[in-house]
Amino acid sequence: MTNPVAVPQTTAERPRSWYKRNEIALTPWLFLIPGVLFFLVYVIFPIFQSISISFTEWDGLGQAEPVGLENYRELFDDDAFYTSLRNNIIWLFLYLLAIPAGLFIALFLNQTVFGIRLYKSLFFFPFVISQVVVGLVFSWFYDPTFGLFNEIIGWFGLGPVNVLGDERYVTYGIIAAGIWPQTAYCMILYLTGLNAVDPEQVEAARLDGAKGWRMLWYVIIPQLKPATFIAFVVTIIGALRSFDLISIMTNGGPFGESRVLSFYMFEVALSEYGFRMGYGAAIAVILFLIMMIFITYFLWSMYREERGR
Amino acid sequence: MKPKKKKNTKTLKGRYSMRSILKATVASLGLLSLATTGALADAHGEKLTGTLKISSDMSNPAPRAVMEGMVERFGEMHPDLDIELTVTDREAWKTQIRNVLSANPPDVANWYAANRMRPYVDAGLFMDISDVWEDESMEALASTKGAMTLDGKQWGVPYTYYQWGVYYRKDIYEELGLEEPKTFEEMKANCQKILDAGKKCYTIGTKFLWTAGGWFDYLNMRTNGYQFHADLMAGKHDWDSPEVRQTFANWRELLDMGAFIDNHTSYSWQESLPFLVSGDAAAILKGNFAVAPLREAGLDDDKLDFYQFPAIDEDIELAEDAPTDTFHIPAGAENPEAAKAFLRFVVSADNQTLINNGDNLGQLPVNANSSVDDDKFLKEGFEMLSSNSPGGVAQFFDRDAPAEMAKVGMEGLQEFMVKPDNLDKILARLDKAAKRIYDK
Amino acid sequence: MFPKPIEKSSAGVRTAYKAMLPVALLIWLMPLLAIMVFSVKPGADFTTGNYWGIPSSFNLFENYGKVFFESDMPRYLLNSLLITVPTVIGCMILSAMTGFALGIYRFRSNLWIFFMFVAGNFVPFQILMVPVRDLTLDMGLYNTIAGLVLFHVAFQTGFCTLFMRNFIRALPFPLIEAARVEGVAEWRIFLYVVLPLMKPALAAMAVLIFTFIWNDFFWAIVLTQGVETQPVTAGITSFNAQYRAAYHLMSAGSIVAALPPVLMFFLMQKHFIAGLTLGAVK
Repeated sequence: MTNPVAVPQTTAERPRSWYKRNEIALTPWLFLIPGVLFFLVYVIFPIFQSISISFTEWDGLGQAEPVGLENYRELFDDDAFYTSLRNNIIWLFLYLLAIPAGLFIALFLNQTVFGIRLYKSLFFFPFVISQVVVGLVFSWFYDPTFGLFNEIIGWFGLGPVNVLGDERYVTYGIIAAGIWPQTAYCMILYLTGLNAVDPEQVEAARLDGAKGWRMLWYVIIPQLKPATFIAFVVTIIGALRSFDLISIMTNGGPFGESRVLSFYMFEVALSEYGFRMGYGAAIAVILFLIMMIFITYFLWSMYREERGR
Repeated sequence: MKPKKKKNTKTLKGRYSMRSILKATVASLGLLSLATTGALADAHGEKLTGTLKISSDMSNPAPRAVMEGMVERFGEMHPDLDIELTVTDREAWKTQIRNVLSANPPDVANWYAANRMRPYVDAGLFMDISDVWEDESMEALASTKGAMTLDGKQWGVPYTYYQWGVYYRKDIYEELGLEEPKTFEEMKANCQKILDAGKKCYTIGTKFLWTAGGWFDYLNMRTNGYQFHADLMAGKHDWDSPEVRQTFANWRELLDMGAFIDNHTSYSWQESLPFLVSGDAAAILKGNFAVAPLREAGLDDDKLDFYQFPAIDEDIELAEDAPTDTFHIPAGAENPEAAKAFLRFVVSADNQTLINNGDNLGQLPVNANSSVDDDKFLKEGFEMLSSNSPGGVAQFFDRDAPAEMAKVGMEGLQEFMVKPDNLDKILARLDKAAKRIYDK
Repeated sequence: MFPKPIEKSSAGVRTAYKAMLPVALLIWLMPLLAIMVFSVKPGADFTTGNYWGIPSSFNLFENYGKVFFESDMPRYLLNSLLITVPTVIGCMILSAMTGFALGIYRFRSNLWIFFMFVAGNFVPFQILMVPVRDLTLDMGLYNTIAGLVLFHVAFQTGFCTLFMRNFIRALPFPLIEAARVEGVAEWRIFLYVVLPLMKPALAAMAVLIFTFIWNDFFWAIVLTQGVETQPVTAGITSFNAQYRAAYHLMSAGSIVAALPPVLMFFLMQKHFIAGLTLGAVK
């Protein structure tokens, strides 16, 4: 196959080469090859490799020993797995609160007073801070001896609460830390969305006497649908990827009560106590299947939209 | 993209003690220091070249300085050797070691003795260094040989060990008119008075779990004796047994009194020390490594003292925890000759005396020809271990039990400390895990 | 405009709104402000229990000086940069090409390849962890910056392709047809017609990827170890071990670690938000 760069630009008058004749059909493939190759090797193939590893027992060094469904059988009899799964579900639902919270802040900030641009940026910027730092910041915030959190609830005669050391609160405490930047993200999506809301429709609705909640619900939110869709996608993905915060804030504790599947998988497969690659892969497969439900839904939505064009 | 070979000698001057990477190429100093440092006269006189990569977990300030000091001195003895030192956070190292040993093995790595070595020995990740132990000079280390032996071979060398026990605030005890307890009853009576004075008896930070293992070790060894404890760790007893339940019942008495600080699940052991320093808690059960940071924080020998964990059952011989920290050569080491020389250097009598003294690690030397520093805690600890531990000496919960079991076990201990009512559930869980782990 | 512009409300409401803004911001950023206060306190304040009072002395330079001159932080920051910048460049090159291919040409498998990128971009990292670690080991790239960069480039290509393809779709197609009629070779169309139009999208994407990669923690701990390769997100745990319970230094360290993407954001705000919100409006 001829390298396209080598084709002199004056070929138009000469007898057309094979490449030239098929240029339109070939070019996309030439452009796709590097990207697709990279992606296949690092993303697509590994998914299938993981699935096949999950049917083996393997310490990452020697020969993997096929064990059939043994890993899955053990998984379904493993308390830590159910704890992780339960926490994953809590994460999924509570994380979605970032969407209404983001909308609320967006509505609050969607004004044109002096300095509002700066306010918007300052409200948004927690999103660009790494989760590692957010985790550290919040673990100090929650610290039972000197944390600001206990200081504040102390003003109301409450506490002190050992948020990250108490198995009843720990997951919620971590989720709150995660929602903080996620809300900022949703806020910026909605601010952009609100900018594009059709003013004529709003005026028309106002003339019809709509205002407040009714206006928001029947006129504004339907127009924000694209923003909501993206907010939904990124929030779900974020919830299921929750690893950094847990690793930094609690390391899964106390007594493993704040684990989620992504963290448990890492613990099993790569920590001192583990290197059970097969078992870890099985956990990853379960997590993948959960994610697959959402991925399928996203793709289906996109597919419909593509068709609609 | 391997930025590894870059020389970085400048860091040796000035601020080297804070650096975690040292490439000690101190050629100019070499000859001079060889003459002054007699310690390595037994280094077989070989000329070491190439690179020696050391992965260390000695990340706390005092141990870090010791490690860097050893690298520097060893580097001076072997001017043609490049030494690359990587210091990893001690807690993080526990989760990384496996990855490091299998994926990117250094020539020397830190770890722990006894069963804690087992997974890496079984996986063929540690090198058999029985030949190092055949050397005559190693007879001075005979007392620790057992802890370094698995399957009849030696897999590393120790560099330090230390007693565990109760470190307490002498001034607070005096103020409240308390004596060092000799029995569990006295211990509880003391604790009640401390609680009445509005303080907590013991500080502890269980975020990284293992500190709770110390309490279990002592309570169980005092309640059921050394042999039972050792057998339990080896999977020969059920957790749900009358003996173990008695241990937890004793523990529960302390828990029900409110003897421990609140919120300990949120703290690392380092973060639990300020409670002792401020006097909000009167004591801590800990290894001697706690002395250095406590002194640093202002507790001098008038304020800090030590006692052996008291007897619970008079008929049971006292036994102690004395964990041994170690150096190993990974199977994939590229420079085993230099690594072995380094190990010999580490255990040499002079080096042992130096690194374990009160100004450095503040722990006990593993070499019989070394001298124990003239330090109140070290002397007391050394005496305790050599003359008042007739029952035996254990390593530690997470070194005596297999790693996976230790993890599940210590999680259970932490849960028990917070929710003692969950004991049945915890014991059942431990037995279930034990069945899977030991039967393998 | 919704909600109702505040200018149309009474003076009272306007004042109340303006007063509420800083209060709300203060509450919103409270956890962050707390560690900023910590980071300028002297260590003594923590031993004496003066957590929230006025700092007994102002130790900004001392604390941050320690971070920059007495720890490995500068090295970690450099590693982060060495990982992030090549990744951004790699992603831009690959995804400009894939985006062009998928955005301009119509062929049967177009949508399926596109969906492969999108779906792959969403998978949980854990399902890739074991094989990617193995692959990196086999290539001898474990614990190298290159190993981490290669993976990041590959994985981010998914997101970037989605981004680029959608952007290119929105370009005026007649432009390209006109060029074809002129007999311009396809690769020249890419280079001279489409690429210049993609500049804003590339800028937006670059800022986004920079932030994503800078903030990555999971792959850093899976594929690297030690001070010579680990980025600042992973290095901060070692830093904190060195200064455990020294909250003033850990706070200062965290702020330093978080700063580069924050600066990036404030400098490139327009691009950043344009990138994030692409698709939020139709």
